[in-house]
Amino acid sequence: MLKDNRIRMIIGHYGSGKTEFAVNYAINLAKEVGNVALADLDVVNPYFRSREKYEQLQPFGVSVLSSYVKGSGSDLPAVSADVLAPLQDKVSNIILDVGGDSMGARTLGRYKEYFVPGEYDMFCVVNANRPETQDVAGVLHHIDTIERAARAKVTGLINNTHLLRHTTVEDVIKGQELCKKVSEVLNIPIKYIGVIEALVEELPKDLEGTVLPIKMIMREDWM
Amino acid sequence: MAKVLMKGNEAIAAAAIKAGCKHFFGYPITPQNELPEFMSRELPKIGGAFVQAESEVAAINMIYGAAGTGARVMTSSSSPGMALKQEGISYCAGAELPCVIVNISRGGPGLGGIQPSQADYFMTTRGGGNGDYRHPVYAPATLQEAVDLTMEAFDVADYYRTPVIVMGDGMIGQMMEPVEFKETTRRDLPVKDWATTGTEGKRKPNIINSLALDPAELEKHNFKLDARYKEMEEKEVRHEMYKVEGAEVVMVAYGTTARIVKNAIDALEKEGIRAGLIRPITLWPFPMKAFKDIPETAKALLSVEMSTGQMIDDVKIANEGKLPVHFFGRTGGMIPAPEEIMDKVKEILGGGK
Repeated sequence: MLKDNRIRMIIGHYGSGKTEFAVNYAINLAKEVGNVALADLDVVNPYFRSREKYEQLQPFGVSVLSSYVKGSGSDLPAVSADVLAPLQDKVSNIILDVGGDSMGARTLGRYKEYFVPGEYDMFCVVNANRPETQDVAGVLHHIDTIERAARAKVTGLINNTHLLRHTTVEDVIKGQELCKKVSEVLNIPIKYIGVIEALVEELPKDLEGTVLPIKMIMREDWM
Repeated sequence: MAKVLMKGNEAIAAAAIKAGCKHFFGYPITPQNELPEFMSRELPKIGGAFVQAESEVAAINMIYGAAGTGARVMTSSSSPGMALKQEGISYCAGAELPCVIVNISRGGPGLGGIQPSQADYFMTTRGGGNGDYRHPVYAPATLQEAVDLTMEAFDVADYYRTPVIVMGDGMIGQMMEPVEFKETTRRDLPVKDWATTGTEGKRKPNIINSLALDPAELEKHNFKLDARYKEMEEKEVRHEMYKVEGAEVVMVAYGTTARIVKNAIDALEKEGIRAGLIRPITLWPFPMKAFKDIPETAKALLSVEMSTGQMIDDVKIANEGKLPVHFFGRTGGMIPAPEEIMDKVKEILGGGK
């Protein structure tokens, strides 16, 4: 996590769990280093955006940047200029949580000047249980459209294959195999495996990528 | 087929296609946009048609036309957009046109907000449009149920020649859950010999119309429709009872709210307080008879809604004055927390907070 570049973009299909991954990643990162900002660039989804968890993230030392427009009732595609500060400040760590699909990734284009190859990471979150990213062709298509919109290249894969609380080890392995194939085609590594906490101990130990235990922060207990 | 993770709006759209829906007409509005988006991507692949209309009013009238040809058709919207569709829904009911209409409801009144709400209960169950009509209203509480009920809705629409509403609050549209698409046992459906499919010179033209010039004819028509509504009240009611046996307070809730209420019931049980739930799955026809199964232990009813109190009217009708009826609700897009509901139950039972 500390070896990742200080600018990290988290992209993926909606439902891949990228916001949940981004939030968990931010909390873990803030345990190790200061100056962690999570920028909610989601201009696509009206619900379940990381800005909703602003108060929960603050105590962990994660500042959340989102829209000027306050209130969960807005679905205006507005992003705060505050996002520029950690992008420009070389000692800041910033995680860009990029909403839904290539449409959502368009917001990244505005920050192109900061995406110098070798100085950023763009992680693609893959959930093999999402209908559109169940096979290699689906994931490749997805990455291709997002890269074009974002004008940046994916540097790592995140196997985040899940069925929420119903996730099994088999689901994770299935996702790992899919990511492995994508990894070979694109020649990019599997960087992380996002797994609900309860399953972490049951996973085989020889999987490529760092296991990041996921606490379900975005999903209410009653869901 | 294995389970896949889908967003509510996508799952409903996929279920509709699975049920044979080939034509969709709609106009965008949050929080249901993923539904038309899915249709716009998938319907052309199966030789169907997706039309983004110029307004909700146009969309529902396209539904009128397309349903008249006997095709399986769908439109979807959210609260203020649904308000616009009411005239067309009344026309479809009058002209006996089968169609499925999805309402992923949000805060109101007026333009309101984009967060989940259940304040369309009156509009949806009392007939937002004019005239003596009813239509079935399905209120799923999980995405699997949303899938199953959407598929069922098309059969029910065809069987009774009626518009059918699938109503989920915004949370049902936006949340993700594992779903599977099961092969359902289909009803025996009548041939659509009323559809405007071209006479080929072999029969008299079929006419799709909701205008009647003779009041005696219109009364006859309304009595015919009413007999059908009575049949639906007899055969199409659906509900779930949850831990009602031995309950001191029986709550009534549907959709997302029912899930929260179940959590509250389980937590109350751990504290030694017995509460149960009647969950209407059809809001119309309302599960009146379920209230006859409320046990002697019950001291009160509690309607829990994401509104300031709308379903509570049906709860009072079903209760027939037997038990005190209380209410707890959040509105405007606010979602009740299990703890708030627990406190209300304790208050009713006299325990205080």
